[in-house]
Amino acid sequence: MENHENTDNLLQAREQPSFLSSRGSDGSGNRPDGAAFPSLSSWLFSTDHKRIGILYLVSILSFFTIGVVLGLLLRLKLMTPGSNLMGPQTYNAVFTVHGVIMIFLVVIPSNSASFGNIFLPMQIGANDVFFPRLNLLSWWLYISGAVLAVASLFSGGGAPDTGWTFYVPFSTVTKTNVSLSVLAVFILGFSSILTGLNFITSVHRLRAPEMSWQRVPLFTWSIYFTSWIQVLATPILAVTVLLVFLERFLGFGLFDPAKGGDPILYQHLFWIYSHPAVYIMILPAMGIVSDIIPVFSRKPIFGYHFIVASGFLIAFAGSLVWGHHMFVSGMSDAAVAVFSFLTFVVAIPSAIKVFNWIATLYKGSIHITPPFLYSLSFIFLFSLGGLCGLVIGSAGTDMHVHDTYFVVAHFHYVIFGGTMFGFFAGLHFWLPKIFGRMYSFPWAIRGWVLLTAGFNVLYFPMLVMGLQGMPRRYYDYLPHFQSLQMVSTVGSWITVLGLLVMFVNLFHGMRKGEAASENPWGGATLEWTISSPPPSENFAGPPSITRDPYDFRGIQYPDA
Amino acid sequence: MGMWIFLYSELILFGGLFLLYAVYSNRYPREFSMAAKNLSQLPGALNTVVLLTSSLFMVLSTIGVRSDSRRDALLYLGGTIICALIFLVIKGFEWHAKYEHGLIPNSATMLEKPKGEMIFFSLYFILTGLHSIHVLIGIFLLSLMAWWIHRGKLSKENYVYLENSGLYWHFVDLIWIYIFPLFYVVVP
Amino acid sequence: MTETRTSNDPKVSAVLFPFSVGIWLFLLALTGLTLLNSLFNLGRLNIWIALSISTCKAGLVAIFFMHLKDEPPFIQYVFLLSLALVAIFVGFTFFDVWYR
Repeated sequence: MENHENTDNLLQAREQPSFLSSRGSDGSGNRPDGAAFPSLSSWLFSTDHKRIGILYLVSILSFFTIGVVLGLLLRLKLMTPGSNLMGPQTYNAVFTVHGVIMIFLVVIPSNSASFGNIFLPMQIGANDVFFPRLNLLSWWLYISGAVLAVASLFSGGGAPDTGWTFYVPFSTVTKTNVSLSVLAVFILGFSSILTGLNFITSVHRLRAPEMSWQRVPLFTWSIYFTSWIQVLATPILAVTVLLVFLERFLGFGLFDPAKGGDPILYQHLFWIYSHPAVYIMILPAMGIVSDIIPVFSRKPIFGYHFIVASGFLIAFAGSLVWGHHMFVSGMSDAAVAVFSFLTFVVAIPSAIKVFNWIATLYKGSIHITPPFLYSLSFIFLFSLGGLCGLVIGSAGTDMHVHDTYFVVAHFHYVIFGGTMFGFFAGLHFWLPKIFGRMYSFPWAIRGWVLLTAGFNVLYFPMLVMGLQGMPRRYYDYLPHFQSLQMVSTVGSWITVLGLLVMFVNLFHGMRKGEAASENPWGGATLEWTISSPPPSENFAGPPSITRDPYDFRGIQYPDA
Repeated sequence: MGMWIFLYSELILFGGLFLLYAVYSNRYPREFSMAAKNLSQLPGALNTVVLLTSSLFMVLSTIGVRSDSRRDALLYLGGTIICALIFLVIKGFEWHAKYEHGLIPNSATMLEKPKGEMIFFSLYFILTGLHSIHVLIGIFLLSLMAWWIHRGKLSKENYVYLENSGLYWHFVDLIWIYIFPLFYVVVP
Repeated sequence: MTETRTSNDPKVSAVLFPFSVGIWLFLLALTGLTLLNSLFNLGRLNIWIALSISTCKAGLVAIFFMHLKDEPPFIQYVFLLSLALVAIFVGFTFFDVWYR
């Protein structure tokens, strides 16, 4: 059921230069000489959502690399007990910076700022987001925050050593450069809020006239809910880090017991943001998987409405459970009970999604492709991590695993195995659209095997060590943990090898791969109706919407 | 719509501080009453009236633009800005008085006070401080709007920016409406 | 950006102007009430009375000055949701603070 208007879009697009190569600060206009690269400033000051999305993509991947290197260093240090490779102060700084970079500069923006920016407008049939200049400002705020965060490593008292959670009282008294770090986080928070604001307004105001809410693709829905969390939760982080800043500089004692303050209140405020933050991290990745699975099953998603509803429930219920990070903090037993109960409630919508994805696969016509494989890994790793989360969410068992490697493994399973694998799936699904080229499948699959296997070798031993009592963030450990520590470190090497294979393959594919068609996967959402790479102006006119986003009737799956 | 979404985030921003107030006032009820005696009700009440009036002027300015009366619009917008400046001046005097009495966080005088009073003053300064920063931003924003009205960029046909600035300004008023009773209502 | 705008003819200002001034006077009266409240010692009740009056004032500003009543229902609901969210944050924190 191809419709003529969308074919017209394609025809027109072939006459236009792609958004990658056109000149002009808004990505429009022609270069008479054709393919040469436009100026740097036309990228850095572009208000074209596709260019901004790529700016984010490049930034995020760069910081991911740095974060991975830091992680590798940590694993190297921990391979053997005792003093080696780096001193304890450096070790504290390395895991702090690893956390700050990964959480604030990589994972939180990962799927929404990069893929959300590029594909949300396309999926709703729009030519850009509602506030394109605000979009650019968001990226510059992100970069400013990143620069400040890096600067904090080399100035003041040196890199912060408090852990990315900046708990008081240590964060208010430590001589390291916490102040600059939290200022960086403050600015990054604004970037996040403004992006969320932009996406919400875009989805409300810029949907193609025929795109009802029921035809909005699940990726866009996930970005929509994520944006609400960004808008409503991030301000709490802003005010919390502001208070740490004031306590360090002006002696405000709101968390200082000597001045009547309560350190546990810091933890409440911190986690009121940081728990919803993990849903900011995971929801877009779930959206990507929800878009990918139907395409490679050639079947509509099972339970579209339930997936939307579960997205809403995760966003809402996820705002109520922050206290489960504080079971051993000295909080009241009543609060422990309430938060533990609610934590089990929030697990339900996630389980609904997993069920729906599996049900979509059932009796589908499965096509094994790299994006599909990464989505499967996502489902497996996220589910495993989520089940561990139940152990931690249950207050009684949490007593034994709190602040142990069990927690570290849990969040790496859901954040790395979840969000980042969703990100990798998105890369394999959408890079051919963005750059118009295809990568090598055999190499992509090799990378996937190394990555998935290496990931489990890296983190599964941590689950065991945690249960055996190995505390997290510790510089040294008892000798009987050594064998598993070593296994984990070897796992880190396999994982990084997998990452290298994956990224080299993607990079090579995007530069030198075969040209990709506008719809190499036979997708039914709007981004597959325009050229690869897309033109500067996505759609000549509002596209006509004649099918549901997962209705593949009449769309052939292209033969390899 | 964009401005409303921004205001929701601002609501949560101040909400976090009100959370701290709620917890600490519950923990130190007597000290909070004691400390509040140090705040004079007159400037607090005056500032409340000033901000409410500024909100009125904001509404009247928007009516002016919609009625195509540039003169009215600018007049009332000017009134809003003047009220905002008066607010900051009064606040400045208040803060100065505190400074004179050594009633600022971490001063020698402050450190000898009961813990609950120290908390009260910390909350007072951060809430009124953050609020005043928002007032200052509002003054810049409204001045820009006045300039745009003068240049004809805002008119009866297109006054969305003025309305959005108005929303921001009313929000600033809203926050003060809550700050006032929390810090200035002293019970004997 | 609001779609529901009353029409821009002179009648608008003839009605809105005195109406807005009326709201303003009401707000001043409520402020006076708050001050009155502080003259009598009613223990814990004082702060709740003051906050209730504030909520009335805030409601007037939001509904009439910010035209919340003219906005699409979605905007109104999310405004209330944001307030509810702050209330939940405070309330759940009190599960801890009250029962320690």
